[in-house]
Amino acid sequence: MASLVLAEHDNQTLSDTTAKTVTAAAAISQPVHVLVAGFNCGAVSDAAAKIAGVEKVLVADDALYAHRVAETMETLILSVAEKYDAILAPATTTGKNILPRVAAKLDVPQISEILKVVSADTFERPIYAGNAIQTVQASSGKKIITVRTTTFKAAGEGGNAQIEKIAAASDPGTAKFAGEALSKSERPELTSAKIVISGGRGLGSGENFKLIERVADRLHAAVGASRAAVDAGYVPNDYQVGQTGKVVAPALYLAVGISGAIQHLAGMKDSKVIAAINKDEEAPIFQVADFGLVADLFQALPEMDQELAKRGR
Amino acid sequence: MKVLVPVKRVIDYNVKVRVKSDQSGVDLANVKMSMNPFDEIAVEEAVRLKEKGKASEIIAVSIGPQQASETIRTALAMGADRGILVKSEGEVEPLVVAKILKAIVEAEKPDLVITGKQAIDDDSNQTGQMLAALLGWGQGTFAHKLELNDGTARIEREIDGGLQTVEVKLPAVMTTDLRLNEPRYASLPNIMKAKKKPIEDKTPADYGVDVTPRLKVLKVSEPPKRSAGVKVKSVADLLDKLTEAGVL
Repeated sequence: MASLVLAEHDNQTLSDTTAKTVTAAAAISQPVHVLVAGFNCGAVSDAAAKIAGVEKVLVADDALYAHRVAETMETLILSVAEKYDAILAPATTTGKNILPRVAAKLDVPQISEILKVVSADTFERPIYAGNAIQTVQASSGKKIITVRTTTFKAAGEGGNAQIEKIAAASDPGTAKFAGEALSKSERPELTSAKIVISGGRGLGSGENFKLIERVADRLHAAVGASRAAVDAGYVPNDYQVGQTGKVVAPALYLAVGISGAIQHLAGMKDSKVIAAINKDEEAPIFQVADFGLVADLFQALPEMDQELAKRGR
Repeated sequence: MKVLVPVKRVIDYNVKVRVKSDQSGVDLANVKMSMNPFDEIAVEEAVRLKEKGKASEIIAVSIGPQQASETIRTALAMGADRGILVKSEGEVEPLVVAKILKAIVEAEKPDLVITGKQAIDDDSNQTGQMLAALLGWGQGTFAHKLELNDGTARIEREIDGGLQTVEVKLPAVMTTDLRLNEPRYASLPNIMKAKKKPIEDKTPADYGVDVTPRLKVLKVSEPPKRSAGVKVKSVADLLDKLTEAGVL
């Protein structure tokens, strides 16, 4: 049979979470096909066709899919589901919104946020905010899977997949897109950045996040935050790193003024190197940090900004 | 309108979970259990709808062991009107929960089902979406804000890049995210009152649903541990170390 990967994109750019999901799909069932559902999304299907290991790209280019509303995506995926024994999506808010509907309609359980493909039917996934890892085996039937992409390497480029247009499926008419407010940022995206600098309640205000942003800009880093900082209204919710926010695994994670609640650690503990700046030397964050600096962030951050400038960054 | 609120009994979010040494699961013996925090937000939202005169009745449903009736009592103390306990021991997969809920929805005919976006034990994030699909309803997941209009719900959702608004026809399913509201603590008089509110006892068989798990849990293990590294003396020292580690 084959596996189908739901492409993550914004009608213009293909997210690298797609190539990572392709890696997981290839370990489960080959060949791998990618489904691009969008509107005026030619650039996305071209990019998907270049992912190494992808045999075919199915494109449903229709106004109905401009925002990938779950109800319309369900009928589209079901219209092609028969040919696949595994259907995967990155565990983004889009994938999480759509795939359980597909699983329910196919009467199969979904396996959420896999970390590892042990074999074609056995997977590791986090439970209890990553405080335990469950190894589950799927029974017969189609496998519907969301993939925690931070733990999979992106499939390379150099593919030359065939692009096949498919028809839009019926619109159930139960829900429609009514607007969005996306945070604009020149900085890299949190989940794909090589360096992430996050601030916590210790920052004291949204204004003070500028101290973090200045350093982040020198390092081309993404800016994140703890749940406490988001709840306090310092930064928007999409900055949140943690079990209930985003899960990141950059080469460097710098936690500033973050105590290190379990909730937060669940979202960043797979980072390659963790560094922490906190004035409380007993802060739990130091128990997972490779490098810890006990210091007042209001002195340390400007100093880091100057030091980086001195070093030509 | 009637609102149905499914609530789950889980290990309290403040408890540090321990993996059993035989890797058969997580130790649940003598551990404090509470209502799933996202479900508390769901109950709160339903109660606010009732206080605004938009909801007429709130039914709290839990699927789990006998003790899940305590979770229902918590919902009743917060302001739900009555409860339904579907007794089932052991793991109940999200698809099974969705099937039981579908049967309850068909019997109770609510206009809105509000539940947590995920339970903090299995972290599946599936039940609400599955229920909506089985019913052929629209959904507003990861809700940040709810506005009820005539026959529709405008739901602002937390998505990866910010916020998205969907307009969903009622009846519908909504799943809650953290910032939808701040759940209240039940007052003592309301806790006392809740004891008199009715809870109906049911079983999955009453709804014709087979609860046999379809996924086999082979083992539950500890995640790889990280250990504390070194403390550095200054910002310059930190930058040196990060440069040496090749991550700057």
